Amino acid sequence: MSNLNQMSGKYVIAGIGQTTFGKLPGRSTISLNIEACKNAMIDAGIEKDHVDALLVKIPTSAREFMYGQKLAAAMGMRPKIGGSWDQGGAANIALISNAMNAIEAGQCEIALVCYADNPKTGNRDHYARPRGDDAVFGWFSTAAGYAMIQQRHMIEFGTKAEDFGIIAKAARRHGAANPNAQLRKKIDMDSYLQSPMQIEPLRRDDCCLVSDGGAALVIMSAEKARKLGIHHAIPILGLGQGQTSADLTNRPSLTSTEAVISAKTAFAMAGLKPKDIDVVQIYDCFTIAVMMTLEDYGFCPKGQFGSWAANGYLEIDGGLPFNTSGGLLSETGMPGLQLILEGVKQMRGAANLQVPNAKKCLISNQGGTMHTHGTLILGH
Amino acid sequence: MSEFPQPDITTTNKPFWDGLKNGELLFQECVNGHRWLPASDFCPHCLSMTFKFKKASGAGKLISWVIYNHAHHPAFEKMVPYNVAIVELDEGPKMITNILCEKENLIPDMKLRLSIKESEGVYLPKFLPT
Repeated sequence: MSNLNQMSGKYVIAGIGQTTFGKLPGRSTISLNIEACKNAMIDAGIEKDHVDALLVKIPTSAREFMYGQKLAAAMGMRPKIGGSWDQGGAANIALISNAMNAIEAGQCEIALVCYADNPKTGNRDHYARPRGDDAVFGWFSTAAGYAMIQQRHMIEFGTKAEDFGIIAKAARRHGAANPNAQLRKKIDMDSYLQSPMQIEPLRRDDCCLVSDGGAALVIMSAEKARKLGIHHAIPILGLGQGQTSADLTNRPSLTSTEAVISAKTAFAMAGLKPKDIDVVQIYDCFTIAVMMTLEDYGFCPKGQFGSWAANGYLEIDGGLPFNTSGGLLSETGMPGLQLILEGVKQMRGAANLQVPNAKKCLISNQGGTMHTHGTLILGH
Repeated sequence: MSEFPQPDITTTNKPFWDGLKNGELLFQECVNGHRWLPASDFCPHCLSMTFKFKKASGAGKLISWVIYNHAHHPAFEKMVPYNVAIVELDEGPKMITNILCEKENLIPDMKLRLSIKESEGVYLPKFLPT
């Protein structure tokens, strides 16, 4: 574990950039990626010639062969290291890890990590796709897998609809306060419970948005950031990953994943525990993902979410503010990079809904139907 | 009229689909005693390629389920609302399937028995409450 600890605080997120979120007709994923990367470089105060690694999370709804090279070509870049990575929503944190490791090994100095997609104006068939041969049983869509997990959670722990409503209500409150959010409409528990059933037991308000948009990060060593005079660079204190891999039918349990391992690694690297965290940005593609992540990370006892999160505990004025810009449920359906941007803003003290005196922020990303997981801890 | 989804029948899974035509639900068991579904060329536990297809008793239990209120494919429009479930066979392997009952009658961990149904030329392993 010694190398793990030595990496803590040695690398930083030196710049962040994004596009607007929502419906962006006529914008290709390349165009959105370039805008986000350009904004991230401006934020870091660097030029594109400084960047020698371009690490791209592949657009979910519009996969293309050699996508990373197409983006580099469109940006007029010749990076030493570049390409696109397919791991679902956990890819953002995997790419940050890959950037840190490559810099540590002396293979590059400054990396851009980016993602863009346009499923709202483009093609959203990906999310409703048949699940292999099981389509013969009517087994379609990404949401259905989460509904299956949610049902089992309700069976094993007696979890109530209201417990999921706590999550949706908090995210929607924070999104409503965010002028850049795609969905700015607060909900109360009654309106959550009346929200139409999608694939039962999932309600509409349990499900994330579908959005166009892009986001990007600049990764470099803390030493490099000091030399370049980048004052708002935020140290990466902890990072971990875990892959559950198996499809739902072949998991030993439906109600816990390798998020446990991912968090354990990140907390060990940072030398921190859940009680040290001031604010969290948790991947909220569906509300059940938030609940299980907070349980698997050790914030909340398994199966006791409803009492643990009662009385607005996850809201901006609560004990552990969560998804302070609205997350996937309210800011943008982008798969995860926006959560890292919000974590950086919180640690800069420059968030829209700033948590007072917040020093440590934890971020989770996940992909597939909880197949992949990544954990990031930022702070001072 | 949209065509019903067809399984992608391969050398690997052909015994499974042939078994259903003959009224049998088959799972795989390797030389080390590991059992699994869906069909694979390798044991997902020990990576052994030495295995047999074995006949399941047809008894199982309900692990979880969802209810579709909207069809994601035209072939299912007449079936909504319909359930999709995970069933664990008494022999161990788990599978995606449908339970042949109304949603009000679905009970966690309920005991089930196999009922093979033909649908547009495909024989599908579904389950009935016992």
